[in-house]
Amino acid sequence: MANWDSFDEIEALRRHLGRAFQEFTFENEPVSRVVFLPGKAPRRYPLINLNEDKDNFYLEALAPGVDPASLNITTVRNKLTLSGEKRRVEGEIRPEAFHRSERASGKFVRTLELPIEVDEGKVKAEYRNGILKLTLPKAERAKPKQITVNVG
Amino acid sequence: MAEQTVATTSRQETSMTPKETTHSRERTLTPPVDIYETPDGLVVLADLPGVSKEGLDVRVENDILTIRGTSSDGLPGEPIYREFELANYFRQFELSEKVDQNKITAELKHGVLTLKLPKAEEAKPKKIEVKVN
Repeated sequence: MANWDSFDEIEALRRHLGRAFQEFTFENEPVSRVVFLPGKAPRRYPLINLNEDKDNFYLEALAPGVDPASLNITTVRNKLTLSGEKRRVEGEIRPEAFHRSERASGKFVRTLELPIEVDEGKVKAEYRNGILKLTLPKAERAKPKQITVNVG
Repeated sequence: MAEQTVATTSRQETSMTPKETTHSRERTLTPPVDIYETPDGLVVLADLPGVSKEGLDVRVENDILTIRGTSSDGLPGEPIYREFELANYFRQFELSEKVDQNKITAELKHGVLTLKLPKAEEAKPKKIEVKVN
């Protein structure tokens, strides 16, 4: 029977889990580091969905009630930063006037790392019904090249 | 103003809660709301991202305010990363009879529904003049 080193096993498991988390998170910091901090774990805002085809990435972000003028979208290589402000209500409302207060509000910044570089100049953005949609064309230099094999 | 549905524990906009009614198996999202009072009445704000004017259904029946929203949306291409899923929205509130149900106004802007529920005349505070002889 082989020697069973429990520390080795635990270490291997930890590494394995760490890798699993890393794969599923979009940002580079592992989730585990954030969620186990005391207090409220920082919430990701806005939530996003990402699709792709051969030429583009398509991103949608759930951002109802965001003032379109406050939206700021920047891309550098494969990094995309979304920022803006969601105001709670228009005008000044006394805090005691609230019966219910469930909607998230405030300023937000979120930086995402896309799988490959995008063409910064050709990014298109549209904000409709509280959903921000981006079309991010993949950069020509980052696209995979098809190489034809000559048979002599 | 009381609510018909059981409040969700999670206030994430994407939390899926099964509808309390047993009729359908459809899963709906409970939109987060803000409700505040003004001298004229109540204002209800609800986040309904992805709902267009056509997909929105707000009605008052038997003092029950029902907000329903249909979100129809899709992205082109193949999904590679997912954080939320849109579904239909559903939430109900019970109104007190102090609300003038004929004067309710609704506005949908940037995915946020603003409902104004004016107080009925008889429910408004009245100033009583006291005469001192």
